[in-house]
Amino acid sequence: MRRMTLALCAMLAATQLAACDQSDQKQAQAPQAAPPGPTASGDPGAGAAGFQDTLQQKLLDAKPGDVILVPAGRHAFDRSLSLTVDGVTLRGEGMDRSVLSFKGQIAGAEGLLVNASDFTIEDLAIEDTKGDALKINDGRNIVIRRIRTEWTNGPDTENGAYGIYPVQTTNVLVEDSVAIGASDAGIYVGQSRDVVVRRNRAELNVAGIEIENTVNADVYENVATRNTGGILVFNMPNLPVAGHGTRVFNNRVFANNTGNFAAKGAAVASVPAGTGIIVNSNDEVEIFANEVADNDTANIIISSYFSTGYMNQYGVAENFDPYPERIFIYDNRFSGGGGSPDGIELKTLKTLLYGPFGRFPDILWDGWVDPKKLVDGKLPPELAICVANGEAQMLNVDGPDGNRNPGVDMAAHDCTLPRRAPVELAPPLDQLTKKGA
Amino acid sequence: MRARVRGIALAAALLAATGCDGGDGTSAPAGPSAVVFHAGDNPERLSDWGVLPVAGGRLTLAGGVVPYDLATPLFTDHAGKLRTIWMPAGTSARYDATATFDFPVGTVITKTFYYPRAGAEEGLVAPGDRAAGQGGASQGGFGLDLSRVRLIETRVLVRRESGWAALPYLWDADQKDARLHRTGAVIPLTLAREDGGRERFAYVMPNANQCAGCHVDNLASRAFQPIGPKARHLNIEFDYPGGRENQLRHLAAAGYLTGTPEPAAAPRSADWRDPAQPLEARARAYLDINCGHCHNPAGAAKTSGLHLGPEVTDARELGFCKPPVAAGQGTGGHRFDIVPGRPDESILVYRLASVKPGAMMPELGRTLAHDQGVALIRDWVAAMAGRCD
Repeated sequence: MRRMTLALCAMLAATQLAACDQSDQKQAQAPQAAPPGPTASGDPGAGAAGFQDTLQQKLLDAKPGDVILVPAGRHAFDRSLSLTVDGVTLRGEGMDRSVLSFKGQIAGAEGLLVNASDFTIEDLAIEDTKGDALKINDGRNIVIRRIRTEWTNGPDTENGAYGIYPVQTTNVLVEDSVAIGASDAGIYVGQSRDVVVRRNRAELNVAGIEIENTVNADVYENVATRNTGGILVFNMPNLPVAGHGTRVFNNRVFANNTGNFAAKGAAVASVPAGTGIIVNSNDEVEIFANEVADNDTANIIISSYFSTGYMNQYGVAENFDPYPERIFIYDNRFSGGGGSPDGIELKTLKTLLYGPFGRFPDILWDGWVDPKKLVDGKLPPELAICVANGEAQMLNVDGPDGNRNPGVDMAAHDCTLPRRAPVELAPPLDQLTKKGA
Repeated sequence: MRARVRGIALAAALLAATGCDGGDGTSAPAGPSAVVFHAGDNPERLSDWGVLPVAGGRLTLAGGVVPYDLATPLFTDHAGKLRTIWMPAGTSARYDATATFDFPVGTVITKTFYYPRAGAEEGLVAPGDRAAGQGGASQGGFGLDLSRVRLIETRVLVRRESGWAALPYLWDADQKDARLHRTGAVIPLTLAREDGGRERFAYVMPNANQCAGCHVDNLASRAFQPIGPKARHLNIEFDYPGGRENQLRHLAAAGYLTGTPEPAAAPRSADWRDPAQPLEARARAYLDINCGHCHNPAGAAKTSGLHLGPEVTDARELGFCKPPVAAGQGTGGHRFDIVPGRPDESILVYRLASVKPGAMMPELGRTLAHDQGVALIRDWVAAMAGRCD
């Protein structure tokens, strides 16, 4: 069989009729190299386009409960795929075996766009999309499992923004997945509710894992390394829901020192390279039991929207709360890091305070507090940033005063906050898990 | 009354067509009962709908099929568009001042995308969207002369009991019929520009789900809606065979629309090309039709916090000094959606001008930049006063 296939390929190649090789290069050139003509590349049976149409047709015709299989192999696409039917499972034969390659993509802002509930995707890879790799916009009960999203050329501003990107979703599980090379965030859960992100690996993205404007999220047992920032918990202004309530625990977050390659103006463009975990403008965040190491700016940064450079009086809704409050950091294992901060301001500050060979403490805080909430000149304990992490120190870099009076005052942060209950997905996690098993 | 008017329309269509039968056995003959409402099945051929029979080298309109145009249309790679509407006898839509009209079950709306041929060379086409407010109907009366235009696709929107369905039909190379092609397609073309330059581009026909990307303006309900047939878009004059007439008035007289006020009392979008109309109104009309169906508080782009519908008055929601939420490389290196007075520093302008799939807006429906449209939005931003601080 194999010999016959090869022979057929050779014959076709000789007559230049078609290419059996579904290589990315050929796909990439297709839009330019194809002679103008009446033939649509979407014609069934036209080589790579054949599977593209087959899969899209299945997504169009799917009924609730359907399982759509993606066979092993590298499948080339020149346009986005989309699904709008509830209750569908899309399943490959493994994240290194069933690959949807969008290297030759000429249209569409993502690889796969889903607007549906009760959706499970597992065991496949989405590579080299021009925009986002996997976007799920609006839906409930979303399972993303053993998915790899990757830009195979490594960090590049031209890479798509987000790898795994559920937004405005509820009851979301992202597990055992891999995200590499996103020019914004590898795993980006935005404007969602009741979220579990666990056992994933995020590497060489600007933001490894980002939880943004999301309520009730657990992020645990992930590995985030070689990103610009490892794990981010952010709030952006002008959105209907402010995020709060994220637990970041039992993760390994190390050596996130890749230079920031986000497009200027993107929210994550403000993240200093060498950041392990960063909370920005978000509330009620618990960071505990993580192993955080060798992040050159700081292992943890707590900051306000004032430090992003985007605050202005016209463009940010008045009801937006830019201050991080009710942050609880405890029982993390820190090592290394802080010795080579990104950006001239932080570099200067570090040298000034700790000398050319010294290092920042494990936690940096930009020092902004909401003046309206101060009681006797300080935040009440229930709104405070509490640090109960052994010898670890938090440096207040005094952002509001232009870094003029930086200092460590651990006594002011010697407090505890009530521990949040684990996120319980409904339907529960084990049911979601069984469904795809 | 209604039957009489539709009879006139039929006569006009028959006059426009030089023959009822193309002789190839595939064209449906035009006639009073030519349009077929398929209540459940999705016919393989466009001709099975009977709306747009090909006859005598022309794409014609069957009896009762009314062409229409929009004050400011969506840009689609300079394609010309022939829009039609048909409703079953005895039914009509209800006028609404802001929303898409409430069309009866059985309504069939079509939009045919085409380009004027720019010579014998296959795939060489000219811009088809030059004439403002004319659409396809200006190409020699009703219908299209197939020796002069190249048909690309016809999108059928049909109102069924279950709601609207979108069926994209791709025209055959011989231009005799179009076939259902729900997965979309790429058609390589070369645009002969007015300045003599040529630009190769890939015309991308969307898949049926992607139709929803624009036509679902409420992401949660996922209810599909026509975009164009709204009062403000239709409230313009159109050259009918019987003479020039306001489209709302014409649809009412044809029995297709009830509860219609006098045109002067109905909202009207600006014609984006008409320099006599205010810059602000033209820019907002352009953003409305090109962006507003996603960029509204219930639409797919609600995730961005940027709202571009005609009802928006909050400057920040329109992008004034607004930082982007998840624009990624779509920022183009800029910090705010609109920096007043500075189009070159505004993300909105950058994304409209971009042709990179990961950065451009709208996300679908074009692979070329709309230079004139971008120029309009640039002028609008340039004329704004203020600073982002």
